[in-house]
Amino acid sequence: MPVSLDTLGVLQSAHVVALAAPAGAPEWAQWLTEIGFLPGEPVVVLARGRPGGDPLVVRIGDSTFALRRAEALCIQVEVAT
Amino acid sequence: MNEAVIHVHRGGPLVALVGNPNCGKTALFNRLTGSHQKVANYAGVTIERKEGKLTTVAGKALRLLDLPGAYSLHPRSPDEAITVNVLNGRAEGEKRPDAIVCVVDATNLRRHLRLVLAVKRLGIPCIVALNMADLAERAGVKVEAAALARELGVPVVRTVAVEGHGADDLRGVLDAPELWRGEGNGAAAPESDARGDHEAVRGILNRLGLDHAVPHTVSDRIDRVVLHPVAGPLILAVLLFFMFQAVFAWAEAPMSWIESATAWLGRLAGGLLPEGALRSLVVDGLIAGVGGVVVFLPQIIILFLFILTLEESGYLPRAAFLLDRLMGGVGLSGRSFIPLLSSFACAIPGIMAARTIANPRDRLVTIMIAPLMTCSARLPVYALLIGAFIPKRQVLGGVELQGLVLFGLYVAGIVGALAVAWVLKRFTSARGQARALMMELPTYHWPRVRNVAIGLWQRVMIFVRRVGGIILALTVLLWFLSSFPAPPAGATGAPIEYSLAGMIGRGLAVIFEPIGFNWQICIALVPGLAAREVAVSALGTVYALSATGDDTARALTPLIAQTWSFATALSLLVWYVFAPMCLATLATLKRETGGWKMPLVAAGYLFGLAYLASLITYRTVLWIGG
Repeated sequence: MPVSLDTLGVLQSAHVVALAAPAGAPEWAQWLTEIGFLPGEPVVVLARGRPGGDPLVVRIGDSTFALRRAEALCIQVEVAT
Repeated sequence: MNEAVIHVHRGGPLVALVGNPNCGKTALFNRLTGSHQKVANYAGVTIERKEGKLTTVAGKALRLLDLPGAYSLHPRSPDEAITVNVLNGRAEGEKRPDAIVCVVDATNLRRHLRLVLAVKRLGIPCIVALNMADLAERAGVKVEAAALARELGVPVVRTVAVEGHGADDLRGVLDAPELWRGEGNGAAAPESDARGDHEAVRGILNRLGLDHAVPHTVSDRIDRVVLHPVAGPLILAVLLFFMFQAVFAWAEAPMSWIESATAWLGRLAGGLLPEGALRSLVVDGLIAGVGGVVVFLPQIIILFLFILTLEESGYLPRAAFLLDRLMGGVGLSGRSFIPLLSSFACAIPGIMAARTIANPRDRLVTIMIAPLMTCSARLPVYALLIGAFIPKRQVLGGVELQGLVLFGLYVAGIVGALAVAWVLKRFTSARGQARALMMELPTYHWPRVRNVAIGLWQRVMIFVRRVGGIILALTVLLWFLSSFPAPPAGATGAPIEYSLAGMIGRGLAVIFEPIGFNWQICIALVPGLAAREVAVSALGTVYALSATGDDTARALTPLIAQTWSFATALSLLVWYVFAPMCLATLATLKRETGGWKMPLVAAGYLFGLAYLASLITYRTVLWIGG
């Protein structure tokens, strides 16, 4: 079952299923797509800021990006079993 | 309207370098063009435009344009928009490139090849430069250039920008006549989106046997320490602290050489020129004024050496990551960090860089606080005052006190900016608006000496042009104001006291006396509005003209150390932490916000803040008994 990227633990492997941008920022879906958050791409959370786990360091495909929690919440992922 | 701009282009066909950010594009550009570079701005925007001359193997001269890095041809920021506009032939004063060199990072083909597919659809002759192929190989990814060329339908050249391998191959491919006819491109590909391109790239990588992730072991290991919740911020603080220590400790010797050279030049000119207005202009105006600013060149070089090295290594976005929470606390995002960091060089590119912030409120707040970041033009003022008033000794076991104070001034600017942002957060509704960070953390690289050197050289030239331009002009103007009208017959004081500048200074001194500024400082504040470091050259000129004896060539530092109180010096230091920005910054603010309201608000609040902070400092130091 897909969950948001924000719920992943550090170093837990998953892959992207879909994107859902918040109503206030519809452009995020395209931005995230263009930096590599495409369905099927492997994704893993490498680190989280402290306190509050925000922002996150995410490996997407072969790239590393810093995302805020709000951005991570738009990314639906499926945890690898 | 195209005809109007065509005449500016000369010097052969135009080749554009295109690529994702952090693909080693600028290193390749440096390798291909060497020192034949022109750095300017794109028409209407302050985004750096870098053009260089490239000679092919057959001796054909080409113009090479280094376009800003872009993730796609759908711009999400103004610098990406420049890239897209140039490629579509829509950029003002820029012709459509005749050929494109698309630079891809061999360690990240999944993302970089998507851009290649989009660029190919533009229908411009295209070459792919397979960069960092050595790094990919070391990570176990062997990319066959010929196979990739067959898949893409365009020539592929293996390049290792760091060492310049393949640069000659690229020069050779640019000679091929079939490239310029666009024959390599094959049939125009059908329109597609990121998802379609992604599928196509996956297909290509699959067929080439490259469809597996590249391990990032070294970078990940560094990040485990650098991004650690406790160790990370500590490392950042130590790094910045060391940087400001070095600015003082390393610059000492070259600064004393420049001071001796200035003094020698002053004596030489004083001896050659006959007594009179010309001698005064050259010795008191030009040499004392301009020399007073040039002496800070070594410190500026050291500061930029650090900034450029950190930028090259890939550390800066990590710093932005570490500070994102802090920025969030005052209602900004880590995105604001990059514009604010640019403001340490100069507030103008910082204010421009705020265009990358999509949220209008965040953008405005970033613009308003950018002038509080300590720009390099303040460095001469700080360095002069610290050199004159802060004792040169070590505290806390080996820490240079002067560097510590400089670090403190930078921190004061940052804390002031965060405080202002926090206050603005109370008064402007952020109402849970979403802010994007989405910032790439590139793989770490050893900084390349060549790239740092070229960047440093460009900074030095910008400084030298400033000295030769606005600083020189204002210095001469100030000399005139300080020398005329001539003192009446039988006057006893220094001539400057009877001049126009003297009158202005005395007038202003009424306002600034409560915060401890004498009339000489007040005179220097006025041209300091045009360019902050002119305050230093102005003090040089004012004191040179105030001197009654033959001691005009004396260095400014001991002079003010003797005549100013400690409280005055600290007050002036604090003044320059908050001082209203230079006029160029105000003009940029007007252009970026589209009216006079914001620049006036900014000037007003900065003036108020500076006056208040200086008043508190001055009175407190006097009270303590400084």
